[in-house]
Amino acid sequence: MSETDIGVWGVLIAVLGGAIRVGTPFLFVSLGECLTEKSGRVNLGLEGNLVMGAMSAYAISYYTGSPWLGVLGAGCSGLILGLIHGLLCQNPKVNHIAVGIALMIFGTGLAFFLGKPFIQPTAPHLPAVSLGFWSDSPVLRAALEINALFFVGLALVPAIYFMLKNTKWGLMIRVVGESADAARALGYRIQLIRLLTTMAGGFLAAIGGAYLSLYYPGSWNEGLSSGQGLMAVALVIFARWNPIYCLYASLLFGAAAALGPALQAVGISWGYYLFNAAPYFLTLMIMIMTSSAKQNLAGMPGEFTR
Amino acid sequence: MDKKVALQDKKVSRRSLVKTAGLGAAAVATGIASPVSLAATKKVNMGFIYVGPRDDFGYNQAHFEGKSGVAGLNWVKAFDEEKVPESIEVEKTMESMIQLDGASILFPTSFGYFDPHILKLAPKYPQVTFLHCGGLWDSTKHPTNVGSYFGYIDEAVYLSGIVAGHMSKTGKLGYIAAIPIPQVLRNINAFTLGAQSVNPDITTNVVFTGGWALPVKEAEAANSMVDQGIDVLTCHVDSPKVVIETAEKRGIYSCGYHTDNSPLAPKGFLTGAEWNWSSVYAMYAEKIAKEEPIPNLVRGGLAEGIVKATPYGPAVTDAAKSEADAVKAKLMEGGFAIFKGPIKDNKGNVVIPEGKSHGQTDIWLESMDWLVEGVIG
Repeated sequence: MSETDIGVWGVLIAVLGGAIRVGTPFLFVSLGECLTEKSGRVNLGLEGNLVMGAMSAYAISYYTGSPWLGVLGAGCSGLILGLIHGLLCQNPKVNHIAVGIALMIFGTGLAFFLGKPFIQPTAPHLPAVSLGFWSDSPVLRAALEINALFFVGLALVPAIYFMLKNTKWGLMIRVVGESADAARALGYRIQLIRLLTTMAGGFLAAIGGAYLSLYYPGSWNEGLSSGQGLMAVALVIFARWNPIYCLYASLLFGAAAALGPALQAVGISWGYYLFNAAPYFLTLMIMIMTSSAKQNLAGMPGEFTR
Repeated sequence: MDKKVALQDKKVSRRSLVKTAGLGAAAVATGIASPVSLAATKKVNMGFIYVGPRDDFGYNQAHFEGKSGVAGLNWVKAFDEEKVPESIEVEKTMESMIQLDGASILFPTSFGYFDPHILKLAPKYPQVTFLHCGGLWDSTKHPTNVGSYFGYIDEAVYLSGIVAGHMSKTGKLGYIAAIPIPQVLRNINAFTLGAQSVNPDITTNVVFTGGWALPVKEAEAANSMVDQGIDVLTCHVDSPKVVIETAEKRGIYSCGYHTDNSPLAPKGFLTGAEWNWSSVYAMYAEKIAKEEPIPNLVRGGLAEGIVKATPYGPAVTDAAKSEADAVKAKLMEGGFAIFKGPIKDNKGNVVIPEGKSHGQTDIWLESMDWLVEGVIG
């Protein structure tokens, strides 16, 4: 194999590996947001949940020595932020977009404040599953070191899909999201259902944060998220509120984010700002291509057009 | 109505408060006895501003350690603010440090604070000295109460390069950098030249992440580089933590930057380039206390104690140690030029011809816009 061969394969492997490494937090946040939005509520504050989750997971893992306890603790922090969002939005004439933005700032601010002492220490990390044992290539092995949380996310995708489509709970969530009037007529407790989906969404988003601080890149600092929570919220629209598309979209975004550094590492030095902007460019392109003045996006909960 | 009157009162009182505070600061600087300086000894008020968190194993921590160094002196009052963006925010921070804390000397440490923020405030507060970390001050263009200080950290980076050159088996080194500005390019070149002094065929791959603190991109870059067969990694970003930890995880060697990074990679850490700002800050404080003029340009390297090399990690071989130590001794002595012709850039042009060399103090080096032959990026 000549050197260029390794280079090209390297880019491919890095992009595939990156799709999983970088895409996992997107997956958790977008699944959470998908669940929340299906019930007719938008939680823009998931960026705050992500950062707060990252901080609490790191802190708990550092103190207890158990990264899984950290993941659980992160989830609980997300649960609480989701609860605040849900409770605030229950009041009449409260704008859930504004509450979301407020909670995003609150969550990141609180995480920065409480996270000060954890920037320096190193906490135990989450374990990875080696799927590359069959290969002699260390490159392939490294790309196939896949974190356990990714499999959790992977299992959640069909579970949430099935739950929304085929169960009574799923039906309730969808009815509340499609038409609050119909849900009221059926005697469903709209506020309670929305509160619960917001809390569940917050829980999942915070686990995405735990992945960031406990696995990849694997340390807590204040630039950790750099807007990934916000991008994941946009990703739900792109994925048409479908958990299975959320998975594909997350992997695509992960791959796009990995493209820039991978190309530079093989020595392609032109246009790296452009490659680094690939995920954002991709979002814009897809939004423009799928937008229509005549009809709503397929799969959009009906409550959003009211 | 009552409310309105009360508001007006508040406004007036705040404005007058600001005014008196400003006068107070002026009084301190001109040496007139003000209530503050009537205390037993005259205190020097020093303000430090960082762009990131002060405990990030990086650039900001290096400055914070410098600040902590001078804060220990009983005639210095040092205060700081972290995470100040390179925007109008830093002007607000500087003004509040001048007006409320009575700062007579300010150290806004980040590259982007200088233009336009420091240049805007300096004429407004001629009694305050603004010292910027970097190489941007120009005596012909900029106010005299502004100055800059910087260390020739490329000397320590060059030593890292020598060690990296000895330790690399694949002959491929990796450098993760934020943005291509002269200081960054000079470090990349010094690292590569150091390594090439051991083995002329060594190459350095560079990834520019496009920002000073982008942990996910830094980790992704580190992984891609390891996949490409790179076996020594170093970086020039605000916090080296992610890069060094990722290198350790992937089982390759790493060289630190900014502070002592050895705790981050107990197995693979080789050596690193560190700042030692407390010596510079103490020098300034002393000059102010003695009312000596403050130099506008302060530069120095290993010999002046502004930069230092991190002690070697456990993996470093004796051959690497002895060669690096020998060059270090030469650098300390002075007269050793890192940028010595013939040097070609990576596009094949001769940038420094045979027989010509640029010493560390040469200002030409501070506008570097080329990468040496063997750098890929």
